[in-house]
Amino acid sequence: MDWFLQQAINGLGLGAIYALIALGYTMVYGVLRFINFAHSDVLMLGAFTALYVAPQIEKVAGAESPVGCVMVFVVAAAVCACIGMLIERLAYRPLRNRPKLAVLITAIGVSLLIEYTAQNEKVFGSAPQPFPKLLSDYEINLGNLVVSSNDILTVGVTIVLLVAMWWIVQKTRVGTAMRAVSYNQQAAALMGVPVDKIISFTFGLGSALAAIAGVLYAMKAPGIEPLMGVQPGLRAFVAAVLGGIGNLPGAVLGGFLLGLLETFAGGIPGLSNYRDAIAFGILILILLLKPAGLLGRSTIEKV
Amino acid sequence: MKAQYWISSLVVILIVFISLSSCKSGGGDKIKVGEFASLTGKEATFGTSAHEGTLLAIEQVNLSGGVLGKQLELLTEDDQTKAGEPANAVNKLISKDGVIAILGEVASSRSLEAAPICQQSQIPMISPASTNPTVTQEGNYIFRVCFNDDFQGGALANFASGTLKAKKVAILTDVKSDYSKGLAKSFKAKYSNNGGNIGTELDFNGGDKDFKGQLTAIKSDNPDAIFLPGYYNDVALICIQAKQLGMNIPIFGGDGWESESLLTIGKDAMEGHYFSTHCSIEQPTPEMTAFVAAYQKRFEGKTPDAMAVLGYDSAMVLVDAIKRAKTTESVALRDAIAATKNFAGASGNINLNADRDAVKALVFIQIKNEKFTYNTTVNP
Repeated sequence: MDWFLQQAINGLGLGAIYALIALGYTMVYGVLRFINFAHSDVLMLGAFTALYVAPQIEKVAGAESPVGCVMVFVVAAAVCACIGMLIERLAYRPLRNRPKLAVLITAIGVSLLIEYTAQNEKVFGSAPQPFPKLLSDYEINLGNLVVSSNDILTVGVTIVLLVAMWWIVQKTRVGTAMRAVSYNQQAAALMGVPVDKIISFTFGLGSALAAIAGVLYAMKAPGIEPLMGVQPGLRAFVAAVLGGIGNLPGAVLGGFLLGLLETFAGGIPGLSNYRDAIAFGILILILLLKPAGLLGRSTIEKV
Repeated sequence: MKAQYWISSLVVILIVFISLSSCKSGGGDKIKVGEFASLTGKEATFGTSAHEGTLLAIEQVNLSGGVLGKQLELLTEDDQTKAGEPANAVNKLISKDGVIAILGEVASSRSLEAAPICQQSQIPMISPASTNPTVTQEGNYIFRVCFNDDFQGGALANFASGTLKAKKVAILTDVKSDYSKGLAKSFKAKYSNNGGNIGTELDFNGGDKDFKGQLTAIKSDNPDAIFLPGYYNDVALICIQAKQLGMNIPIFGGDGWESESLLTIGKDAMEGHYFSTHCSIEQPTPEMTAFVAAYQKRFEGKTPDAMAVLGYDSAMVLVDAIKRAKTTESVALRDAIAATKNFAGASGNINLNADRDAVKALVFIQIKNEKFTYNTTVNP
């Protein structure tokens, strides 16, 4: 029983990071109906931003202080929001009225461009770099169970951000505009919604989420390298699809589910080798039974 | 008419011959030696260290007049720590550059990729630090200047039952790495033979960042120690997460741990853990002392690790063989490398046995106060 609960705790800690990344995927998809493959690289850039600004912030706010930690998160999120908007402006906006496939291929191109530029020895270099401790972490013992403070932080941040995103999309003027753009870009433009600005805002928001996920991921596994985003990015994409792409709570649910599946499979002798195969096998099963994802609604394509 | 035909075909043959021979020896005034290494990517410190050692050796030989009256030219290809790249690199070095021998790689998986190509082209290959037994079994042109994992796994098993007095050991293997799987296999055979009990056996994928699933399963099985035959990046993250889960048992592994990154990433989570490796730069032989001094002078005070020492030795063994063979012709060169006996390398005395493996002592290192400290030596 202890074993089961401990694995559940581990799975939630990992799943929260997938969930956070999946939120960003799903937001952009919700508005633009396209998968931003560069999302996982923005995550990596977020972690590297934190790596470079943390020593500066430490000088001002002191080592491992909560204030300094929040500042690192804010700076990383802000920098990545700008990078995200820049990517959208330079790579995706010129293709706005082209076939979806062209944008998709461009997204893959942007992703590879960032990865290989970052691997250059003059940029970040491809060897893993030690990530500084932003917050003193400690372990909380509950009987035989161990909960890491980092995992609690990750789960907390994910839930708070999910609520915040839901509130932005459902309750604010910008959110209403986002939903309008998502529903029908042309009609929204005719109603006076600044479509380009709204799309830009969505990318900024999604990229800020990626940056926060990147910093949390780096705190969990403090060796960061330019390809660190690829694996979690792929799994988060799967999580977003699993939950029903375009659906915010669905993305978080999918993320947690994937984290749990992977952790449990990883801890079973003989199966640990197949942890990805098991996780993705279950994904295929769910999609066969519910093609729109767990919380997604199936829509009828207008022809 | 007939004479004309013969002359023209003779000319054609001559042209082909000349162009081929000039292609093979690259002008003839230099001896080309090929090297492939993981200079970038996940295991960049391995490749960089081995390359720096090799480069130092080549530069020293050239300064002292070269071999057979010729200068050596080192051609280095970066395989980016990626599967598939070693084959490209070695193919290019052999068929395009026409190198006389290949030096490389540290990781067994990548050496195993290059070895069949070298064997087929009959170009001798010397691996500095690939320890998987199957590497040199690829053929009679493949050598290594380090011990193999049958020896290392056995020594680790004796260490577990002797020094650590562990009754039950859990094993965590990297399924992506031939090195890791091979070392786990030879460890298991010897440790069971010693009367040890193998606990939970789990796998991970090199490059994973979350290992708590595996570690929790191991923790609930309550072993006395964990055997972790992996590479430094994964090892550091695994030790951090083991510490987070409150596991205080010793973790130990093989020479794949040796890198400064282990300490810079793992920090205090590495405290008290052990690994086996090829040599310690503290060993008091004149060869090692001279090597460390020359390396630090060449690379701005950088402290060499075992991979650098072995990279240096791999090049020196090759140079020694060229001198003895008095030619760079492949069959004679192969025979000369195979005949290497009592060669005083920086890492120790190198004797190549009939399996083309070096028979050498092994060193245990413990991590204390975030430093590698010498523990014991195990002789073959």
